[in-house]
Amino acid sequence: MEQKTKIHAEDGKQEMVITREFDLPVELLFRAHVEPELLEEWMSNPYATAKALKFEGKKHGSYQLESTDAQGKVVFRSNGVIHEFSPNKKIIRTFELENAPFGVQLEVYEFSGLTEDTSQLRMQVIYESVAQRDQVLKLPFAQGINHAHNRLQEVVITLK
Amino acid sequence: MNLRRDVFQAIADPTRRAILLLVASQAMTAGAIAANFDTARPTVSKHLQILTECDLLEQTQNGREIYYHINAQKMKEVADFIEPFRKMWDDRFTKLETIMKKYKTKK
Repeated sequence: MEQKTKIHAEDGKQEMVITREFDLPVELLFRAHVEPELLEEWMSNPYATAKALKFEGKKHGSYQLESTDAQGKVVFRSNGVIHEFSPNKKIIRTFELENAPFGVQLEVYEFSGLTEDTSQLRMQVIYESVAQRDQVLKLPFAQGINHAHNRLQEVVITLK
Repeated sequence: MNLRRDVFQAIADPTRRAILLLVASQAMTAGAIAANFDTARPTVSKHLQILTECDLLEQTQNGREIYYHINAQKMKEVADFIEPFRKMWDDRFTKLETIMKKYKTKK
């Protein structure tokens, strides 16, 4: 089966590229990334609810996102600044996971229409170092399980 | 039937990932692991069996107790793969697509 989402992370490089094709017009793909209530909806999962505390979709704008578990406990917060904002084309922004040792990453989102009803997203993510990128790659293994077990959260933090 | 278990299939399950994280810090008995979950004990046992079959967990006999601990080498092999990370984004994007499709038809 062809994988819809592809990730290229070359050994020894401090960046990765995520690509995905969508059965959506590029306008809708873009809106999903810049309208807070839409962002909240697709970033949430059964274990964590995403909330946009702040989201200024414009050049020099900033954003802050928060993720809470079923008990309303904050699992993580992230924030960043938008450097380029070209509707239906491109977003360049920084991303930082608060209180986490992953540094600040630079994200370049390129949106392109393939046909009237299909589009592609290319996301280039640049980290401060190769080590930081590799650490982030190992992270989601621990994510997605951010549910009721408070203890687990402590374990995740100590996992290197 | 002794089919070879797929490691990625094993870690695709949230409960099994939670089990791996639990025993990452210390070796635990099946009972101690099960105490962390609302799931029925036999279900947890089944998860432990699957994780052991694909070598993510190892068993050590200590007196009458069997302790489960993480197989660091196997875990490293898994971590070397990007699959869990890819899967996370794939799930998110699929959700995005589903939500926006509804949006499209609503208009």
